[in-house]
Parts: sequence; C-alpha cells; structure tokens
Amino acid sequence: MKEIVVISGKGGTGKTSITASLAYLGGKDIVLADCDVDAADMHLLMQPDFGQAKDFYSGLIAEIRQDDCIQCGKCADICRFDAIPVIDGKYIVDPLSCEGCGYCPRVCPTDAIDMLDMNVGKWYVSTIKTGTTMVHAKLGIGADNSGKLVAHVKNEAKRIAEEEDKEIVLVDGSPGVGCPVVSSLSGAKFVVLVTEPTVSGLHDLKRVYELVDKFNIPAGCIINKADLNPQVSAEIESFLKQENIGHIASLPYDENFTAAMTQGKTIVEYDENNLNEILTQSWAKIKQIA
Amino acid sequence: MKIAIASGKGGTGKTTLSTNLAAYLAEKQEVVLVDLDVEEPNSGLFIKAELLREEEKYKMIPQWNPDTCILCGNCQEVCNFHAVLKLGEQIMVFPELCHSCYACSELCPTNSLPMVPQKMGELKHFNSGTLSFIESRLEIGQEQAVPLIRQTNKYVEECFSEQVIKLFDSPPGTSCPVIEATKDADFIILVTEPTPFGLHDLTLAVETMRELKKNFGVVINRHGIGNDEVEKYCSAENIPLLARIPNDRQIAELYSRGELLYKKIPGVKEQLDLLIHHIEGLESAGER
Amino acid sequence: MKIAFTTKGAKWDAQMDTRFGRAQFILLYDDSTDSFTSIDNSAVENVAHGAGPQTAQKLFDLKPNVLITGNGPGGNAATVLTKAGLKIYIGAGDMTVRQAYEAYKQGELKAF
Repeated sequence: MKEIVVISGKGGTGKTSITASLAYLGGKDIVLADCDVDAADMHLLMQPDFGQAKDFYSGLIAEIRQDDCIQCGKCADICRFDAIPVIDGKYIVDPLSCEGCGYCPRVCPTDAIDMLDMNVGKWYVSTIKTGTTMVHAKLGIGADNSGKLVAHVKNEAKRIAEEEDKEIVLVDGSPGVGCPVVSSLSGAKFVVLVTEPTVSGLHDLKRVYELVDKFNIPAGCIINKADLNPQVSAEIESFLKQENIGHIASLPYDENFTAAMTQGKTIVEYDENNLNEILTQSWAKIKQIA
Repeated sequence: MKIAIASGKGGTGKTTLSTNLAAYLAEKQEVVLVDLDVEEPNSGLFIKAELLREEEKYKMIPQWNPDTCILCGNCQEVCNFHAVLKLGEQIMVFPELCHSCYACSELCPTNSLPMVPQKMGELKHFNSGTLSFIESRLEIGQEQAVPLIRQTNKYVEECFSEQVIKLFDSPPGTSCPVIEATKDADFIILVTEPTPFGLHDLTLAVETMRELKKNFGVVINRHGIGNDEVEKYCSAENIPLLARIPNDRQIAELYSRGELLYKKIPGVKEQLDLLIHHIEGLESAGER
Repeated sequence: MKIAFTTKGAKWDAQMDTRFGRAQFILLYDDSTDSFTSIDNSAVENVAHGAGPQTAQKLFDLKPNVLITGNGPGGNAATVLTKAGLKIYIGAGDMTVRQAYEAYKQGELKAF
C-alpha cells in the first residue's frame, strides 16, 4: 500500500479539484483521505454518504465550577490570554480565548477549575460516488487543524486500505508549512505539488518544498493555469529542474474547472477533451513513479 | 474605522480586494492597509511604497538556567504543549511549541526558567503618500500566528489616529488567527467565489462572524463563473452583498504579475465605488 | 550495541513504521545479548502538536547507539536526537524490522 499526498502551500491553486480528479480516476483502487481540514471541500465533489460520524477531541479547555469558586481572582491574574473575564461578578472562561495551557487549575486554591477535553469537530468514514471509501473531517469554529487530527484521518484511511487490500491511499494534504502539513507528509511515499504561476504561487511552492525535501520524499509537480503567466511558469519549471522534482504536467487556465465544480463533478467527469487527457496521463505517471 | 477583509479559504481574492481597495481609497483620504496573514503575507507584492520602519517582534519563552535547576521535572509536567522536556540532566525548550503561558516559569521552585524574548517575526511599515502599509511576517518554523497578529494590531493602534481608515487583510480560514484578526474590527468584508467551494467556505465564515457577533457583508470575486447560489444564500440570510468583482482572464493575468486592477479595468473600479459607498454609510451611521 | 527501530508491531517480523514522531512502537535490539525490548508508543496519538520531541525523549532515555526509521524525524525531534548522540539511518519504511536490520548491516541505509 502506497501513500500519495497532494499539497500546495497556498490556497486557490486548484489542489482539491485536481486531487478529486485523481481520486475519480483511481476508482476503487484507492482510499481517499481529506486532510485539508481547514477548507474541507472535497466532499462537495465526491458525494460522501457520511456513513459513520464520530466526535473528535483535541486540546483542553478550562471550566470553572461556580459552586466551588471563591472569586479570589488568582486564575484571572495568571492567565496570559485574558481568557477569564469577570461577568456579572463571576469568573467565567472565554472559550475562544482559552488556550488550554492548564496553568489556572494549578493556582486555584479551591480546585474549582477543571480542564475538559475539547470537542473540536467530527470525523467521518464515508462511501463516495466511485464506490470507495473516503475519510474526512469537519472542524468547529475557532478550532485549529492539528497534527493529531491529520494523523487520525490518515491512520483511519490506511487501516481501511490495508483491510480492503487497496493499492493506494490518496491524501489531500493540509495547507501552510506548520504541524498539520508535517503530519500530512509523514509516511508519504510520493508527494504531488500543485502550484500556479503567480508571484505568490512560486513563493509558497519553494517554502513547502523545503519541508518535502527535509523528509526525503520523492516529489512531482503539476502546474495549474500554466498559460496565465508564461514567465513565472518558466521560473517554476527551472526550479523543478534544479531541485530534481518531476514535472508531471501543466494544465491550462480553464473555466471548466469551475463549471465542473458547479455541477458537483470532478474535472475528468465533466471535461472530455484537453483537461481530461492531461489529468488521465498525470494519474498514470504518478502511479508509475510512486 | 477598522475593516477586516476575510474569507473562509485561501485563494478567493482576499489580497486582491484589500490592496485595490486600499490604493483606491488612498486617492482621496488617508488609509492604512495591514497584512495580518502573517504566515504568507502577500499584499506587499502589490503595493509599491517606501520602507519607513522595521521592527523585530518577540514572544516570551522560558530559558533554562542549569546552575540553579534541581531537575525536579515540574516544568515538563505543567507544560500542556510539550514545549519543555527533561532530557536526562538537562531541560530543553521548544520555542515554536511554546504558547507563552508562563506556567513552567512561574511554577518553577527555583526560578530556573526565566522568560526571555525570542524573535518570532518582523513588522515592516511602508508609506506612499496617503497610503500606509504595515506587514508582519512570521519567521519560518514559528507556528503561532496569534501573538504576532496581536502585536501588529497594537502597533497600528499606537501609530494611527482613530480617523484613519484601517483595512486588515486577514488570514484565511475560521481558526484562531482569523478570530484574532477580526475580533476588534467594526466591519468585516467576506470575500468569496460564486462556486460550490466558495459557498461552502462562506457559510463557515458566516457562522464564525455570527458567533463573534460581527457586522459583515459579502463581496463576490470572479462574478460570472459558477452559479448564483452564493447570491441566493446571501439574500436568504439577509447578508448584504456589497460588490461583485467580475471574472476576467485579464484580472488573473494582472494578479499573476503583482499589478493593481482598478486602474486598468473599469468594471473593478465601479464595484469598488459600491463597496466604498457602503463603508461610508457605516461611518456616518457610526458618527450619529 | 543497541539499535532502535520505529515499527508497527512488537515483533522481529513486524513492518517498520515510516513515521518517526507518531510511530506505533519502538523496538530496541541489543546485538551483544541478542535481546529485544518493545515500547508501546501509541499514546502519542493523543498529542496534538509536538509528537516528534515526545518520541525523541523516549529514545533519549533508552540510549540506543543507532536509530533506524522511515522518513526521518522532523526538526525538533532531530535536535533532541542529536543531543542523545545517536546515529540515524532512514529509508527503511517499506521493510520489516528484520530486513531493515539486514539492510543496515549491509550499509544500504542512508544516514540522516
């Protein structure tokens, strides 16, 4: 079983649309894992049935038991996040400001503060329109994606892939360069970098590749909207050469991307011409290299 | 007047709107644009201005003093973020995991972990006539955006008077950095695309703004692609639709080169006028 | 000499775990006594951030001479492991523990 991870560093490059197309082409040979939990949009294209739903807990949050509180104010004094305001004469934890550091219960003279596990969202195991399984998650407001949630989604996908003897786990990776993307990459056999030829696209590609390189994972790149700026496209290509990253394909700027999405379809279902052909070849290439 | 420009996901045109709106407003009045997307600040690629000031920004982290430490391990035990580890005869601190809660430092029986400043990023202050531009950038490897956003907001507050119109380009998403970036704003502009992805992410952003009890409106970017579900949603939810930036390949090309749009594309200017009209309405309502 | 492996099981024929910080088990093999110890690392699943240094701390206490793993540790974990003074070899993610050991003996693994 191989784990293939798609990442982009920056938002809006078409990563999710491309990953969904690859997943569609992979059909029943793959298990899909959506680790782009901050903007989890994959489900809009894959029609999951939300078959199994489970709560996900991460981090802690303080809660003051008012019956035991003697209003001494020690907790509010030591809190660096101004998370314990006085409301109507009572010390109350503001859940959006509390970082769960656990300092306040340690100074409370009456042990009136509990640290509770924070329910940050739900995760799902779904059957999608290709008949295969997708593991995905939805975070609540103000909840941060974390290495833990990403690891959890991926582990579940891998467990299912092993059980059902699937060849590939295809992962829509997290954005940015922080802990969630580190967790997305850990264990990957091959990384697909999706980028666009804009000043910010190239900048973010370089940043995220630093991480891929550190983990020593072979990578290939898809340049989306390549004809939008031929000059930056050329810069990206020379960066790929210099770093020995395979250039899997270049896709043209094409409004069929949006048209497909509007109908809740992947690009390869919607487009029968150019885009379809390039993506089909890309998937074949990826399977071959990975 | 503080206006935050936010979006449920990245790549919807948040930075495009912020930079164009700022530059256009600056033709008539004093404006400050603040890039709070500190992990990937990109506004600066579109604004040409002169660097006035540069400041290093710090967060407080514990620093181990081996001479007084008795290796009791209390620091490791109280740290919920696993940022302090006892390794044999030494204590190690992982600055990027540290949330600066001070627990390890203040609960250390021998005061062997004093808090010291550590550089987490840089703030740059640019100016070009009536337009000021503030950008903060997190150092690579630093994971927590919130403290830098907080300090940047403070800097802006101290530098500019109440009268100056302030635009805040916020980080994408609905997590803590967005909340920090938008919680003090008088009004929030949510930027979205008229597509299923755009609508889905907009609904999350709207939920967040309602939770924060914020006054907000929506700008549709790339109007003309996709469908009219975002418009229907806004009217069903009574959310003001402030402007519709047209979809145009030329816009995408100008963006890819880091150029401003409104000077070259009349349709963009018209829509910015609509948006500014709405903002001015808010301002005069605020004065009354 | 003591050699540590990141693994998915507690046996000699278990699969290696490609991951470092979130590895399920750490297997410790002492070739001077031909003895095995396994350490269940699955509790690390509950760590939201900073799994790497946590696992590295365990290794620090185990004091192996060599670590054999898959993709290699992240930056923070690497700092801890450097302090522990052990040698790290990577690229054994697809192997069983036995194969990884053989590959190491043959000098086929890449130093981190």
